[in-house]
Amino acid sequence: MSMLLVQALNGLQFGVLLFLVAAGLSLVFGVMDLINLAHGVQYMLGAYVAATLGVWTGSFWLGALLALPVALLVGLALEWLVFRHLYRRDHLSQVLATFGVILTVDEATRALWGSAPQTVLEPSGLTGGPMGGVEIVAGLIYPTYRLVIIGVGILVPLLLWFLVERTRAGMLVRAGATHPAMVSALGVDIRRLFTIVFAFGAMLAGFAGALASPIFPVAPGMGDTVLILCFVVIVIGGVGSIRGAFIAALLVGLLDSVGRAMLPDLLRLVLDPSSARQTGAALASMLVYIVMAAILFFRPAGLFPGGRSA
Amino acid sequence: MNRRSFLTTTASAATVAATGGFAFAPSIARAQNQAVKVAFVGTLSGPGAALGTHLRDGWLAGVTRLNNQLGGRAVETLVIDDELKPDVAVSKVRAALERDKVDFVVGVVFSNMLQAIVRPVTESNTFLITANAGPSTLAGKGCSPFLFSSAYQNDQPHATMGQAAQDLGYKRVFILVPNYQAGKDAVAGFRSRYKGEVVDEIYVPLSQLDFSTEVTKIAAAKPDAIFTFMPGALGVNLVRQYRQAGLANIPFLSTFTVDESTLPAQGESALDFYTAATWAPNFDTPQSRRFVQEFEAAYGYVPSNFAAHAYDAAHMLDAAIRRTGGDVANKAALRTALEAGDFPSVRGALRLGPNHFPIQDFWLCKVAKRADGKFQTETVRKVLSADADGYAASCKMG
Repeated sequence: MSMLLVQALNGLQFGVLLFLVAAGLSLVFGVMDLINLAHGVQYMLGAYVAATLGVWTGSFWLGALLALPVALLVGLALEWLVFRHLYRRDHLSQVLATFGVILTVDEATRALWGSAPQTVLEPSGLTGGPMGGVEIVAGLIYPTYRLVIIGVGILVPLLLWFLVERTRAGMLVRAGATHPAMVSALGVDIRRLFTIVFAFGAMLAGFAGALASPIFPVAPGMGDTVLILCFVVIVIGGVGSIRGAFIAALLVGLLDSVGRAMLPDLLRLVLDPSSARQTGAALASMLVYIVMAAILFFRPAGLFPGGRSA
Repeated sequence: MNRRSFLTTTASAATVAATGGFAFAPSIARAQNQAVKVAFVGTLSGPGAALGTHLRDGWLAGVTRLNNQLGGRAVETLVIDDELKPDVAVSKVRAALERDKVDFVVGVVFSNMLQAIVRPVTESNTFLITANAGPSTLAGKGCSPFLFSSAYQNDQPHATMGQAAQDLGYKRVFILVPNYQAGKDAVAGFRSRYKGEVVDEIYVPLSQLDFSTEVTKIAAAKPDAIFTFMPGALGVNLVRQYRQAGLANIPFLSTFTVDESTLPAQGESALDFYTAATWAPNFDTPQSRRFVQEFEAAYGYVPSNFAAHAYDAAHMLDAAIRRTGGDVANKAALRTALEAGDFPSVRGALRLGPNHFPIQDFWLCKVAKRADGKFQTETVRKVLSADADGYAASCKMG
């Protein structure tokens, strides 16, 4: 039973990290109708900058904090250089151009930092030693840092919800998503609004990268694997819906962790051990996509349709 | 014919036509003065690039040590990035063979890359020295008079770890590997010598991001030790999580998971974790000490097994070419010279088996922190002595 609790915590923690990346992606997709494949690049850069600045300043936390403005600036620069010219293009051009950004930034990262995984400082005060974690199951320490991620991952969505639903800027974003021409006619600079939303999304992804850097390897291309799961998240959650993205991210995180933990054992009831292991492993990695297909069958617009389609 | 191969064919045809006048008229005397051309092939971009970099730097360090000469003749290295794509590897290697007329091909990190280029190279009667990849097919039935290895056969490090687990008396071992061919080979290699109970075998996808699920399962199973093969970034993550979860009191036996290419990122987390190797930077021979010292001075990081094997490949060629008096055109003489295998290896004495793969000792190694704060693997004890791979018997060479 307590094992299941640990696996659920693992899923929760993976889910909230996915949410932080997916939220920006969903906002940009929902509000600006822009398919940004390069969103994972922001996540990667966040992790790299946090790792480098962390080593440089001697504190993981300082590095992670400094990564935020850097991610914001990179987001602004990319928007100005590339994405601004894509808003009115069709989705295919957007996919092509943003894929180009992935290739360029991945290679640039490799040129700057090399191909080996980066050194990341341990978040001081939260790993190692008696304060390093909570022993939920005998013999297994659950690192405090991971609990912190879960906490942050629950705070950020609340903050986002407040920003989007309860502030003037949020109101403009929501209005801009559904009636851009009308908002523009009322004297709001829709372009600038889009730039801000884009940069904010980029910063969220960078923040996720910085948070993830002590637990995931910081290596070129690290954003690409996350990106695929994030698309699954926003498709399940409903494009443009923050609430949908949050629920879907938790669902994907939990499915992934618990599926990997339980499926091989469940299959052993019907198959011999060695084939149960192999099929269990294969099935567990497909599980998320199977569930996505099932959800889309019953609710083609996702769990919480929002954004433009509303 | 698809467009890409058409383009490369026309491109190389055009270059051959353009340079033909010079390439076809060297006199015998000038051939001896010309540089020996070597194509170094390695994965230098993409996820496997860290290993390719180690391999390349090892080769270049070897050539530098030999005063940029092989067997007394000047050497020119052509560095080729195979991009971990078989078609790219083949077309670039073909160009090196046909256009640049290289005398040798060395390197190759990944087995599937070696399998892609082995026929184009050996069928053009060019010697191919693999400094890392050693798939079972090429050590057995698919062996070739033109293929030599300065490294090992792929199964050997895993089998070494199996023997080590057996020797250390572990009764219950938990296995964790990625779900692809090399992962399954690692399990087979380990189990070929480990006779105790395998508590559980977990196969994870190669794109695995987080090991918390698996770490939880290991904690629940309470094994005597775990065996894992998690190359590159996978290994960085597993090692860190294993340590953070407080499992480090369960011995961590691994292959290609903690080595000098991943240790800078793993750092303290990997301390005292085990790996199997043919060589470690703490080897106390003059040849090895000089290699480590010169390598670190030139490239600023601690050399790995990959670098050592490539460094040895340079010395292997050097000894062979010296033996033929600098003649690289006489293939039969070169083959005999290479088969002799008596070159000063960083591993000490070494000889080649009938399939041209080394017969050598294998060591249990452990991660340690050096006085200067850098991390390296260090030998614990010899596990296998003069070990020959199990495929040599099925190799029939003409």
